[in-house]
Amino acid sequence: MPTTQTTPADDVILETRELTMRFGGLLAVADFSASFPRGSITGLIGPNGAGKTTCFNMITGFYRPTSGEVLFEGVPIAGLPAHKVCRAGIARTFQNIRLFNNETVLENVMIGRHLRQKTSWLQTLVFTPASERENRRDQARCLELLDAVGLADLAGEKASSLPYGAQRRLEIARALATEPRFLLLDEPAAGMNPQESEDLMGFVRAIRQAFGLTILLIEHDMKVVMGICEHLWVLDYGQTIASGPPEAIRSDPKVITAYLGEEHAHA
Amino acid sequence: MRRGRTILLNVLAIGVFGLLLHLAEGYCNGYQLQILNLIAINIILALSLNLIYGFTGLFSLGHAGFMAIGAYVCSILIMTPDQKDMLFLLQPAYDWVQTAHAPFFAAVLAGGAVAAIFGAVVGIPLLRLGDDYLGIATLGFAEIIRVVANNVPRLTNGALGFKGIPAYADLWWNFGWALVALYVIVRLLQSNTGNVLKAIRDNEIAAKAMGVDVFRYKLLSFTVGSFFAGVGGALLASLLTTIDPKMFLFTLTFNVLMIVVAGGLGSLTGSVLAGIGITVLLEWLRVVENPVDLLGFSLPGIPGMRMVVFSLALIVIILFRREGLMGMRELTWRSLAGVFSRGKA
Repeated sequence: MPTTQTTPADDVILETRELTMRFGGLLAVADFSASFPRGSITGLIGPNGAGKTTCFNMITGFYRPTSGEVLFEGVPIAGLPAHKVCRAGIARTFQNIRLFNNETVLENVMIGRHLRQKTSWLQTLVFTPASERENRRDQARCLELLDAVGLADLAGEKASSLPYGAQRRLEIARALATEPRFLLLDEPAAGMNPQESEDLMGFVRAIRQAFGLTILLIEHDMKVVMGICEHLWVLDYGQTIASGPPEAIRSDPKVITAYLGEEHAHA
Repeated sequence: MRRGRTILLNVLAIGVFGLLLHLAEGYCNGYQLQILNLIAINIILALSLNLIYGFTGLFSLGHAGFMAIGAYVCSILIMTPDQKDMLFLLQPAYDWVQTAHAPFFAAVLAGGAVAAIFGAVVGIPLLRLGDDYLGIATLGFAEIIRVVANNVPRLTNGALGFKGIPAYADLWWNFGWALVALYVIVRLLQSNTGNVLKAIRDNEIAAKAMGVDVFRYKLLSFTVGSFFAGVGGALLASLLTTIDPKMFLFTLTFNVLMIVVAGGLGSLTGSVLAGIGITVLLEWLRVVENPVDLLGFSLPGIPGMRMVVFSLALIVIILFRREGLMGMRELTWRSLAGVFSRGKA
């Protein structure tokens, strides 16, 4: 499997080097070194508590890694606060949906636009043409985004009133509004029925194409993982136990042990 | 076109309101005018606290402190040097306090600005605290301001306070400033920055993930809120013509908080309506403090009884209508039109 080392460095959008997170005596993630080719869809899998979300939190600035480095387009970003990581072009969604519940669907997406806006609220006090124009343009853009995720009809509804699947899509639309180049999805198919998961796979591929994204996702639904990921990283107890294309991972004895226990691996 | 109609309606509403103020000036007696003035000031204070607490989710109990700053700064600026000569009995005022003088508008603005500067300076350390801790720390700040006012006689004339502050704050100034506060805060909340403030209130972690520099926007909200608290304090000083440190106790913050909670955290309409309602009720309820004759028994008046009634009212609101009068709803021309067209159908 000569995949990781032979990719030319300039094609790697994000790279982690020996990323380690320690909470007191607990080693949550140890020496996670991975690289993500531009335009790829990669899966991060592993049993519960393996450290997947911790990896997300370190990459997106919610945790400061105990040691190790994250390089985004060659620039070190480990330890930057979350809002600066987002500004650099990395967006994420959450395992347990985190929407702005009292705001409308459109306002939720507009909040994602905020960091790309140039006019300040002081300008809106006197209705300057620049701020009016920017707001109109951004609203139009957000409506396009909502259209892309199939929520345009619900733009005026309160976010908390949406059904579960729509809330997941709204969270993705909101992340897209920040104009990311790298998108992290934390269990996007959680709680979805087989049909919805099927749609989600098409949707993830479509947004990668439309927005020129590189996608990293955590997922437990193996149909989704095997269906859309081009490369997988497998964590168990914080250790990277395997990495490679889905077909190879499927038959890797270490992975089977991690998921199903010792006996099955030998069977 | 819809924008044009909204502006037209707003201008008309302000015109009608101005006419009403003009009539009130002619027909109301001094007591009623005083209540109207207090309404305007309470609206300013409630709007500013609602911006901080209701819209940004920062539980701040420092309003009395910012009001005190605004009141003292404004009073020092509008009193004449002669007045200050007579006033500072304990110790003579600092030279710059003695000579400082400014017209009323500039003095109110300065009161707000100094309060805003204090807001920013204490906000930088305090806004890193969450929830209840912020409440306790801001409460402490307000108390510090009051103690300083008590103990720096060359600046504040100590416990004696100021008397004979020129009474410039009439209906026009007070309601004018209330309109300014309403306009600035409404436009702030309508802008995308307003969406960001509400996002911080709703889910701080998600706001960070959306690239929001949470601390910076908390500080913005806190500073703008402090500015208008200072303005409210400045107007109050000129309306009452006398201030002293005892006036800026926690109960003052409590009154404002009561208006905000009763009106609805996150509703400016609620703050305005509750500002009117509670100011009027606070006056009416003076009845309960009077001595009463009940079936031949005469009960002596109990001072402070109306605050007991109000505290009970607040408990009832929190138990039975936690979202307050308006919840998070606002009254707009469009929602009004909606009510009327539904009525016709």
